[in-house]
Amino acid sequence: MVEAAVVVQDVVVRYGEVTAVDGVSLTVPRGAILALLGDNGAGKTSLLQVCEGFRGPDGGSVRVLGLDPVADHDALMPRLGIMLQSGGVYPWATAGEILRLFASYAADPLDVEMLLDLLGLRKFAKTTFRRLSGGEQQRLCLAVALVGRPELVFLDEPTAGMDVGARQTTWQLVDSLRADGVSVLLTTHLLDEAESLADHVVIMDKGVVAATGTPAELTAAAGIDLLQVRADPGLPIAGLAARLTATVTVTVTESSPGEYTVAGALDTEAIAAVLAWFASAGAQVTAVNTRRRTLEDVYLALTAGAAR
Amino acid sequence: MSTSSARQSAGARPGTFTPAPGRAPTRAILRRQIRMELLLTARRGEAVVLAMGVPLLVLLGAGLTRATSLPTDDRLGYVVPGVLALTVMSTAFTGQAITTGYERSYGVLKRLGASPLTRPGLLFSKTAAIGCLVGLQTLVLALVGVAAGWRPELSGLVSALGVTVLATAAYCGLALLIASLLRPETVTAAATLIYVLMLAAGGIMFAAPDLGSAGHFLLPLAAHAEALRATLTAGAAVPGTIWLSLTLWAAGALTAAARKFRWE
Repeated sequence: MVEAAVVVQDVVVRYGEVTAVDGVSLTVPRGAILALLGDNGAGKTSLLQVCEGFRGPDGGSVRVLGLDPVADHDALMPRLGIMLQSGGVYPWATAGEILRLFASYAADPLDVEMLLDLLGLRKFAKTTFRRLSGGEQQRLCLAVALVGRPELVFLDEPTAGMDVGARQTTWQLVDSLRADGVSVLLTTHLLDEAESLADHVVIMDKGVVAATGTPAELTAAAGIDLLQVRADPGLPIAGLAARLTATVTVTVTESSPGEYTVAGALDTEAIAAVLAWFASAGAQVTAVNTRRRTLEDVYLALTAGAAR
Repeated sequence: MSTSSARQSAGARPGTFTPAPGRAPTRAILRRQIRMELLLTARRGEAVVLAMGVPLLVLLGAGLTRATSLPTDDRLGYVVPGVLALTVMSTAFTGQAITTGYERSYGVLKRLGASPLTRPGLLFSKTAAIGCLVGLQTLVLALVGVAAGWRPELSGLVSALGVTVLATAAYCGLALLIASLLRPETVTAAATLIYVLMLAAGGIMFAAPDLGSAGHFLLPLAAHAEALRATLTAGAAVPGTIWLSLTLWAAGALTAAARKFRWE
């Protein structure tokens, strides 16, 4: 069996009194894309820094490609592609010079010209780093992370500061990485980014894992369906909730007059029961709409719950 | 036409990113890294010229006029070796410390730490690039000295080169050390202050305070300057205490720098 690309077990990261990461475990299988999703301050970057070997964990253990990121730093680095959150390359070197420098570290680097074209950086090849826009700097840093043909890539907020077009390009690129068998661990606070890119999503909140699964699992877990019904306003909805309690737990709200929302693990039978209740209440139902919950709903529910 | 090329550039051909990791041969990495260091220095060409401006002024001012009192009548024979030693310190210590401090604050060092370039590789490249620069600057200043009438003893050239390599290594170590310990603004202030203090007290344009051979150990600049005067002006051997002092400074500074070096 091939060893996983990244195995994080019960990792704790502290900065003085502050605990940034408090017992996180996760696994990035080979060739998979795992997205660490969370707000600023959730501990994503701290966890990534431990995986990159910038510091050891204050508790727990980390194995990256089967190696210890701190002790085996020199053996590990040629196999990794790393994109840090804030640029950090020579401000007075040009994009082309920077990419060629990092290419020269690798035994069999990608073609620099091809990468410049791929990331739309061709016309900035002779522009110094400090004159690039934030999004252009990000694209260059992504190119730098990829140029050594790594088997595992760490991307810390890869699309931060990018415009829509550059973001699309980056997403396509990450898809190409997966197709070519590269493992990816990325952080993001963008739900659509996690949902559309990742095979696995780990939602972090205040240093702990709030939820984990595939995007489909996270959105299809218990209580993920919404039923929206438009009918006469002011119906006695407490009766509906009570009637359904026997089979499923739901919350029923009248979000605006005549607009009812039933949230819960609604299977076909439950949906039929809801509609039957509206009929028995003598209400005129003018619209019915089901909505699959998105990762955003899951995320907001989880993080809002933890905040209280 | 432009649409189709834009679409092509958006997607990578399958297999483009198939992993093939590996580190380039160390020699190739070091060559490119040293080249980058020199390229970036050259890009700040005005800073290099300015760094030579002060030594040049001292050379011509103290060497050709009686502006300062020196313990000898051979003013150029005293001042030129001192100015060469000062230049080595200016580039290898002051310039290096300031550059490295800012590279850390820009995150450059951190980024390099996340690359196949190893820590010894980076330290070696920086020191080697500084070595090239020091060689160039001292050559130019020595030629200006010769043009002004300085007549060095060429027989002492090898010893002079030896102590200069030791002094360069010591300054590089000290520069990397303080750049690791202090914030970049503080590094700039400290490195500049030390430069000015050494310019005044290091036995360059005035006589250094006579501390006997203890001075060789306390002030590497004074020791280096005295060694250059001994070899290049007097054609004599470098005192053993100076060899010892500079060797200790180089070994101690480089060891401390390697131990304390931080990528972040």
